[in-house]
Amino acid sequence: MTLFDDFLIRAALAGIGVALAAAPLGCFVVWRRMAYFGDATAHASILGVALALSFDVSVFAGVLATALAMATTVSALAGRGYAMDTLLGVLAHSSLAFGLVAVSFLQGVRIDLMAYLFGDILAVGRTDLAVIWGGAALVLALLWWRWSALLTATLNPDLAHAAGIDPRREQMVLTIALALVVAVAIKVVGVLLIAAMLLIPAAAARPFAATPERMAIIAGLLGMLAATGGLQLAFVLDTPAGPSIVCLAAGLFAATSLTGLLLRYRRG
Amino acid sequence: MSSLITLDGLTVAHGGNTVLSGVSLAIAPGEIVTVVGPNGSGKSTLLRSVIGAQKPSRGTVRRAPGLRIGYVPQKLHIDPTLPLTVRRFLSLPDRVSDARAAEAMEQAGAGGLAARQMSGLSGGQFQRVLLARALLSNPQLLILDEATQGLDQPGSAAFYQRIEKVRQELGCAVLMVSHELHVVMAASDRVICLNGHVCCEGAPEHVASAPEYRALFGTGTQGALALYRHEHNHSHDHDCAHNHGHHHEAAE
Repeated sequence: MTLFDDFLIRAALAGIGVALAAAPLGCFVVWRRMAYFGDATAHASILGVALALSFDVSVFAGVLATALAMATTVSALAGRGYAMDTLLGVLAHSSLAFGLVAVSFLQGVRIDLMAYLFGDILAVGRTDLAVIWGGAALVLALLWWRWSALLTATLNPDLAHAAGIDPRREQMVLTIALALVVAVAIKVVGVLLIAAMLLIPAAAARPFAATPERMAIIAGLLGMLAATGGLQLAFVLDTPAGPSIVCLAAGLFAATSLTGLLLRYRRG
Repeated sequence: MSSLITLDGLTVAHGGNTVLSGVSLAIAPGEIVTVVGPNGSGKSTLLRSVIGAQKPSRGTVRRAPGLRIGYVPQKLHIDPTLPLTVRRFLSLPDRVSDARAAEAMEQAGAGGLAARQMSGLSGGQFQRVLLARALLSNPQLLILDEATQGLDQPGSAAFYQRIEKVRQELGCAVLMVSHELHVVMAASDRVICLNGHVCCEGAPEHVASAPEYRALFGTGTQGALALYRHEHNHSHDHDCAHNHGHHHEAAE
């Protein structure tokens, strides 16, 4: 019997993997005000689940493909008549609805919809774990490689151009990273709560960060804390694991925000 | 002398709207060129074409091989959720040494700000930090897009004096856009009056008295004209677009 045989260990490792990739990407989502964008990409992935099951390919591949399609559609349609939030609202909810309808057509396959909506971290197997860590490593490598260019493009597209950086290419890098995170996180926190794993640790890290790098690192630490602690909570209180992780992350956010406020108040 | 930047018949259209048409101009090493023009005259589009952010619909933009450009954007909104010290900002996208950063900040008048958060700077400090960042690459051409927006008049006058000083120290050419004709023109070698096309260009005194310029900005800008002591008495209310191309040749 090895370490990975324990489902709790596997769950914890899965949670840590997702938190590690989601936190630095989440920082960009926060800085660039892409929260809705993350949400829309995540919601679209339920359609990916349905497609994957009906065409009998891996759920990871199906989700990755639809998340990518969704993200590129939004990028392409942006600035063509509709306000961004309207566009995202239309696409996010209609793809979620289409996904749910498509799932109901699936014959013979009895799927537990709840597992995809809210995650099923306790059922993470070895293959899932390999996919999660592989995806997370890819996302981190992508962000590491493009970090400076991504930050410059986030500050100002023209500033990036003047430095020889194409802001649209950097947007594409983020889009791909986002699709990857959605695809690996669906098993852990589910479609409805993926955006929370992106946003909450990053937002919670903000009061204690003086540079973007520190914000990403602190967000990563807080995300891991939320993942492992939330799992513990779920085990002790017998609550659903994915939502428990997000609850703990929200608690951390409240704590750091209040501390930040207090510190600023004391400094005058 | 070979030019740093040569625009030849540059035409830019946004979705059927022609913003710039047939703009030709060249920037020589070391000169300060100011682009003036009313809102919507294509000033920013011109600069964005020069830095490569805007693709021309027709015409060409040629940069001297290996040209180093320092760019100071019009406005830079830094989201308060993004923690960024001045020092970190200077290392974007390329890391620079502390010594180099300190030198550029000193040159730009932003000394002592290194540890401050970008979002906590005053408007003037912010502009000087942007200038410092543009100076890091030791540019041959410094490009400023309405760099003094939001500064009061003494503040922007001081900023433009600094630009002139930087030009003396680095020997770089400067291409800038401004609304504040009177302040800017005092520091310019050449002024280009733009309104979708080049209405007129030349030495500041020359442009200030040109009918095309008067047509665009009227004779009521006393501050500007007083500076140049060119109170010609003719009035021009015809449209600039219909009478360009006479009176003066481009000053080289």
